[in-house]
Amino acid sequence: MPLLEVTNLRTSFHTRHGIVRAVNDVSFSLEKGDTLGIVGESGSGKSVTCYSLMRLIPQPPGRIEGGTAIFDGVDLLKASPEQLSKIRGKRISMIFQDPMTSLNPYMRISEQLIEPLLIHEKISRDEALKRAMAMLAEVGVPDAAKRIRSYPHEFSGGMRQRVMIAMALITKPELLIADEPTTALDVTVQAQILDLVKKMQRELGMAVIWITHDLGVVAGFCKRVQVMYAGRIAEHAATDELFAKTAHPYTRALQKSIPALQPKGAALYTIAGMPPDLSRNIEGCPFVPRCEFAQEQCKQPVALKDITPGHATACLRVQKNEITL
Amino acid sequence: MSDAFLEIKDLKAHFPVERGIIFRREVGTVKAVDGVTLTLRRGEILGLVGESGCGKSTLGRTILQLIPATDGVVVLAGKNLTQLEGSELRHARADFQMIFQDPYASLNPRMTVFDTLAEAIGAHSNIPRGEMPDRVNRLMEKVGLSPRFLNKYPHEFSGGQRQRIAIARALAVEPKLIVADEPVSALDVSIQAQIINLLAKLSREMQLTLIFISHDLSVVKHISDRIAVMYLGKIVELGPATKVFERPLHPYSKALVSAVPIPDPVREKKRERVILAGDPPSPMNPPSGCPFHPRCRYAIADCAKIVPKLENFDPDQQASCIRMREIN
Amino acid sequence: MMSTEPPIITTPSAEIEPGHSLWQDAWHRLRQNKLAVAGGIFVALLALVCLLSIFIAPGTYAKTNLALGATAPSAAHWLGTDILGRDMLARILMGGCISLSVGLAATLVSVVIGVLYGAISGYVGGRLDVIMMRIVDIIYSLPFVIFVILILVVFGKHIVLLFMAIGAVSWLDMARIVRAQVMSLKKQEFVEAAVALGLRKRRIILRHMIPNVLGIVAIYGTLIVPSVMLLEAFLSFLGLGVQAPMSSWGTLINDGRKSIEEYSWLLIYPSLFFSLTLFSLNFLGDGLRDALDVRASKD
Repeated sequence: MPLLEVTNLRTSFHTRHGIVRAVNDVSFSLEKGDTLGIVGESGSGKSVTCYSLMRLIPQPPGRIEGGTAIFDGVDLLKASPEQLSKIRGKRISMIFQDPMTSLNPYMRISEQLIEPLLIHEKISRDEALKRAMAMLAEVGVPDAAKRIRSYPHEFSGGMRQRVMIAMALITKPELLIADEPTTALDVTVQAQILDLVKKMQRELGMAVIWITHDLGVVAGFCKRVQVMYAGRIAEHAATDELFAKTAHPYTRALQKSIPALQPKGAALYTIAGMPPDLSRNIEGCPFVPRCEFAQEQCKQPVALKDITPGHATACLRVQKNEITL
Repeated sequence: MSDAFLEIKDLKAHFPVERGIIFRREVGTVKAVDGVTLTLRRGEILGLVGESGCGKSTLGRTILQLIPATDGVVVLAGKNLTQLEGSELRHARADFQMIFQDPYASLNPRMTVFDTLAEAIGAHSNIPRGEMPDRVNRLMEKVGLSPRFLNKYPHEFSGGQRQRIAIARALAVEPKLIVADEPVSALDVSIQAQIINLLAKLSREMQLTLIFISHDLSVVKHISDRIAVMYLGKIVELGPATKVFERPLHPYSKALVSAVPIPDPVREKKRERVILAGDPPSPMNPPSGCPFHPRCRYAIADCAKIVPKLENFDPDQQASCIRMREIN
Repeated sequence: MMSTEPPIITTPSAEIEPGHSLWQDAWHRLRQNKLAVAGGIFVALLALVCLLSIFIAPGTYAKTNLALGATAPSAAHWLGTDILGRDMLARILMGGCISLSVGLAATLVSVVIGVLYGAISGYVGGRLDVIMMRIVDIIYSLPFVIFVILILVVFGKHIVLLFMAIGAVSWLDMARIVRAQVMSLKKQEFVEAAVALGLRKRRIILRHMIPNVLGIVAIYGTLIVPSVMLLEAFLSFLGLGVQAPMSSWGTLINDGRKSIEEYSWLLIYPSLFFSLTLFSLNFLGDGLRDALDVRASKD
């Protein structure tokens, strides 16, 4: 039984300029203890997907148009506020990109850390404080007993992110959703944070969804990867397979764009064209205008299909074995 | 050194920290840039890397005289920039320009593309108004923007397009030196490539000396001729880009390079990681001796006492570490 | 370098796409705010009618008819007459003229002073800024109403003095707001870019600072008008505002209050007009604030 099963999720934003289909028929599942990386650029729908699961999309202008997200028998998309409050923050936790705006600048860290405990578990304040201190030390904040009484602005970016992780993990959740938590951090701090999450994941046996635009982070951290484009899943595979046997032209193009893998001296590879306008209804594959393998047949609607067990692609030509990447 | 186009000698930017409400006392100094010496050839691209708080942005702005230097000299094509003041400085600014990190914040939201570029073109030259549209068009095409968008406002563009406008504005005054402060950090990966290609192309075509500031080593490695690694206001390593990346000399550079994620699961799993402990120290209270020694795995007792200087390991690569030869 | 390049054929203007400035976006948002639009229309109509009344039937507001005395609203006098037989409708419209013009004029004075003061203080910074702001703090802490009363008592109750006295104290908030805005603008990178380009200070302030301050000025300006009107009404209530036979809403309300039991219409109608106007201005100001709240990053 998978821990989380998302089926046909569709989320749109109803704006003055039209209906933006941010998430367009996304399905995936997650087992207990899995690490899934969701990769995409801005506008791919990677963040909106997870915000929809957590029901954090402002409605209006957002609207979850359809689909199910079953977590331990409960459909997160249709759950009542009471059911949701027992899951959010306790069994599913989330950390965000900017730790400065995710932490309340007017509350001490101690208060913010014990808040989830006091809400979700019936323990005393003293108990909660003890656990908070232990958690803070575990995530590597030096001098935890003293620093727990500090305010967020007294910490550096990397430390704040550790505090966020402590807050997210203090209730020992079964699933952690991380939305680009290291994008704004220095590369050495990013390495520390990734190590920390790996360690916590081992200890708690929890599943992790890591949203990022950085294929490098995914290569070292995630067991499975899902590449999103224009609100749809382009490819879904085990990490090794995604890199070794790439099965979608967009994934291949993303890999080629990475400066680290390109020879010096030549101009960097760029993906021609621009991301599509999501307020227009796109028939067929959304990557067609920018794809070097595009043909007439690609303009028909294509569904995500397995080409080998556990490796799915939304590219019609790859499905038909017409091209190898 | 007749080759020297941009000479920076022992440049310092120190900021006093004051306390007190009515009577302000100086309680300390933030030594954001603490003695930087660099020499660049004409048309050279230097990558300046380091983490938050290392002073790279401050160094960029001090070179461009946007922040007054506390000490030291900046000489561009024979002209001493640090001595310039007032309208002399204003006029000289045509020679050196900046591209900023946030493409939205660096454009006036109430001016159209045309307004912004025309203002730049007209800043130091008297172009008749009739010629202006032609000039603006040419500038836009140079950076890959369609002149169709002349009358649009910054908020109507994507991040990558805004950065192109910012680059066009910097080029409008025909500068000799451009400092780009994290110009692609706020952009998507595929757009980053476009902007990097554009900068590299322009630099080659126009013989522009470019200082490319970034915290992303792989981006910098691709575009730069040489890389300078900064830590706490000082340059700790300087050398050709590939050499610094593939064989870093300084322990900090080693940690930096090893922290860059490699988008290849096979290589990523195999390699040796150097995980730095702790946070970078505050530039107000730098450690004694070598600023890196508290976090350095190779530190010995002497490291706390001696302030290392940049020394040559081989003719083109330097590092400031007293144990440089032993650990490499 | 430029002269050796071949001339580029200029794009015919038909192909150039129009742009939408932030003001246009804001205007669009404002138009969708029904309360703000209603408020704006009300004030505009009122101002128009008040102005017209001066030209159509001048002097009506002062025409007494002692034989008539105070009468309730009727066909001849839509809003009744006051104790001296003067037509209330004319008086209320005249009052509207006075109140609105005091409101607008005093606001104008305070905006001009406030913007200049705040912009200079914010842009120059340093010691000058500290001194200028301490002056503001000191004036702020003085019992201002007493001040105004003193000025009017000592120098006479001339209506121009009234404008000036009110304007002289209501610029303080505007100065602080503009200063804060200018200080945060100074740190914006496009201002740094303008400096880096080598533009003159004058051009930077006029072209880059002021246009980006106008939004805040418009919002707070529209909210100063009602508070100034209230202040004037209060002073008139005390007998220090406009003098008879000219009547602002404040004087009318003051007169009306004295005979609230017998001739209640003398109080009700002026108060009604006044309240509606204040509401309208506040809705307009709120609407402007929402419309101009530029979270315009479309990323």
